[in-house]
Amino acid sequence: MSRVLPRATTKSLVGRIFLERYVLLWVILALAVLSASISPAFLKIQNLLNILWQSSFVGIIAMGLTFVMVAGGIDLSVGSLTALVGGIMVLIINQISIPVAIMTGIGFGILMGFLSGLLITKGRIAPFIATLGTMSIFRSVTLYLANGGEFRSQNWSYTAIGMGEVGGVPIPVVLFLFYGVFAWILLQHTRFGRYVYAVGANERSARYAAVNVSRIRILTYMLSGLSVGISAVIVSSMLNSVSSSTTGLGFELDAIAAAVIGGTSLAGGRGTIWGTVLGTIVLSIISNMLVMLNVSVYLQGTVKGLIIIAAVLAQRR
Amino acid sequence: MDEVILEGKGLSRDFSGVRVLFGVDIEGRRGEIHGIVGENGAGKSTLMNILAGILPPSEGRIIFRGKEVVLTPQLAKRLGIILVPQELNLVETLPVYENLFLGQEMRRQVFLDRRRMIERSREVLEILGIGELDPRTMVESLSTAQKQLVEIARVLLEQANVVIMDEPTATLTEHEIEALFRQLRRLRNEGTCVFYVSHRLREVKELCDRITVLRDGHLVTTSSADGLNEAEIARLMVGRPLDAFFPPKGERSNEVVLEVRNFSVENRVKEVTFRLFRGEVLGFAGLVGSGRTELAEGLVGLRRARGEVFFRGKRVEIRSPEMAKKLGMVYLPEERKSSGIIASLSVRENTTLMVMEKLAAPFIRHREEQRITQEAIERLSIRCKSPEEPIEFLSGGNQQKVVLARLMETKPWVCLLDEPTRGIDVNTKHYLYNLIRELAREGWSFLFISSDLPEVIGLCDRVAVMHEGELVTILEGADINEEEIIFHATGIKGRVGTYE
Repeated sequence: MSRVLPRATTKSLVGRIFLERYVLLWVILALAVLSASISPAFLKIQNLLNILWQSSFVGIIAMGLTFVMVAGGIDLSVGSLTALVGGIMVLIINQISIPVAIMTGIGFGILMGFLSGLLITKGRIAPFIATLGTMSIFRSVTLYLANGGEFRSQNWSYTAIGMGEVGGVPIPVVLFLFYGVFAWILLQHTRFGRYVYAVGANERSARYAAVNVSRIRILTYMLSGLSVGISAVIVSSMLNSVSSSTTGLGFELDAIAAAVIGGTSLAGGRGTIWGTVLGTIVLSIISNMLVMLNVSVYLQGTVKGLIIIAAVLAQRR
Repeated sequence: MDEVILEGKGLSRDFSGVRVLFGVDIEGRRGEIHGIVGENGAGKSTLMNILAGILPPSEGRIIFRGKEVVLTPQLAKRLGIILVPQELNLVETLPVYENLFLGQEMRRQVFLDRRRMIERSREVLEILGIGELDPRTMVESLSTAQKQLVEIARVLLEQANVVIMDEPTATLTEHEIEALFRQLRRLRNEGTCVFYVSHRLREVKELCDRITVLRDGHLVTTSSADGLNEAEIARLMVGRPLDAFFPPKGERSNEVVLEVRNFSVENRVKEVTFRLFRGEVLGFAGLVGSGRTELAEGLVGLRRARGEVFFRGKRVEIRSPEMAKKLGMVYLPEERKSSGIIASLSVRENTTLMVMEKLAAPFIRHREEQRITQEAIERLSIRCKSPEEPIEFLSGGNQQKVVLARLMETKPWVCLLDEPTRGIDVNTKHYLYNLIRELAREGWSFLFISSDLPEVIGLCDRVAVMHEGELVTILEGADINEEEIIFHATGIKGRVGTYE
């Protein structure tokens, strides 16, 4: 208390907003300059689109997760749910059709989010534990359904989504941008978004102010499920298959990292879609850069970890 | 006895470039109780935080026993300067005794000496008049008043040269206040210097040896308590005379807005029956723990309740604050910090939280939201740098106004106000009383829960008194006086017949 008080009050408000909003843009700019000096190929449109394309699937999940985290929760199940939803989609594509598969898959993602939300609100299980449980369940069911192997789609037209382009821009990037606008409007310009902040910042006060806290919580997990559904479409259509053991592996950590780099607080009440989008892009640029630099794959995790820690420290100042 | 222990010279303090304290001189003598009074935002808490080493002054010097010091919380602790903050600062998930000994645990070799700590805690609680409280109780299950007393009990365990108390009595009952005053006088007689911040002028006058008055960050005067009476102190604080403190009471209509029959809440409120008329301010008096808060929380669906509730003639079953809001009944919670404000959100976001459905269909109309906020800021004269300032940076009284504004925006039929004036300065109180009256004349009804008897008596049309979960009586007219209320609240006068 005694340490927090002076810092919070002496720092000028303008300065804090400036830092929080723009520090990531500076970081991205610096990374871009660095990358370009390492390899001029970095600045080629194709490479830049490639970076966005790589950002898209984790980015979409990270945006859903931003809602959950701003409301004071966490969702660890997003990675394994991506695999499960992707697997289900491929199964349905082979049996029925692509549109039915996509609708069912996304619907299933939302339903699973709803169930996680129920466990957390009505069942009063801590979000970390509840989604740790579902994470394990989803992965195990996926492995069982594919017998440890792959779901392979027999319909090659499915790849038109993951590999296709609209006016030179990859479809996943288009989805990423549209979903970003949707999420931004939802979080900043609707009653629901405002309630998400209120619940995350002070659940008790929100309840006293007649906010239906459980409903808001559940809705954030449903949004997380929706995001996973969309991301699963991209991931499964890119390769036209889903691996029950590796698809979506570690997505939850990348998504949390992206949100945190973007200024989302694990304690709830703080975070923006804009920040999360930038956070995702920072992570992608770094991967891109490390590949160009021929850094050992094994060391890439170290660099990523350092960046996460540095980003959070920078925002604290 | 006139030896100065702690002295501040020319203390100033800026927050984000805004000066809130202007060259204040203050001295605390050995063996005195030094009252600090002033309105909200007068700089009392800032000054006390500086003297306790929590905030460094922007300008000025602090002198401890003749030597200039640069206070830090650690140094203050070593020098025996102890602050009891206004906001509770306990670890909710630890028992009372561990909170009391936090950071200064008694040990036998490397092990905690639980038995001795519990024993010592029991003694201290006994001294404070709450001997019935088991030191092994978890703090989270205590009432606000009990928590406050535990906070105070901490001081009694330490060797203090200077004790700074910021609004300690806001939640306490008369009985507990007396016990506290006895202890403060004992500390004084042992040579401690006590700084005592309060809005309750009568208390300050009764307890303190000297009184320092602050206004808008400036020192108005420091003078011996004998030389001032309450009215004079109030005048110095406000800078103008306060006449007609309470607005004239109103004529209530015969229209019943809320009727409650045999209403029980958990096992805290037993078979309560009353009616609230349109345009009425119905006071709820009683000791802390008499079930008033639980009653209000039961009414808005925050607690499980049995019994019949009729709202504007219709039988209703209110299961959540959301339903209550839709009907037109809203609740202002007792604990502002934990249940009222949403600290990290802006004044604007806090103000409009309960009327988002009107503002967002489906997209928030930001300009309309700003207009509403601006109006609320002007109407309630909320002091903030801008509507975008996080509410946590406002003073307590201004935070309370924002929470009130939030309720008012819903244009309710019935407002349940739970200790709405706690920790608020005289001017704001005065303002709130008039506001409540004005709204009552417009047809709003109020359930006014308060432990401050003068305000209950001065403001309310009728006063319901609760004792151990039962509604003992509803006083009207000339029966509304301190004696009647205390007799009923303490159970000396029992339940006679039925009351409406």
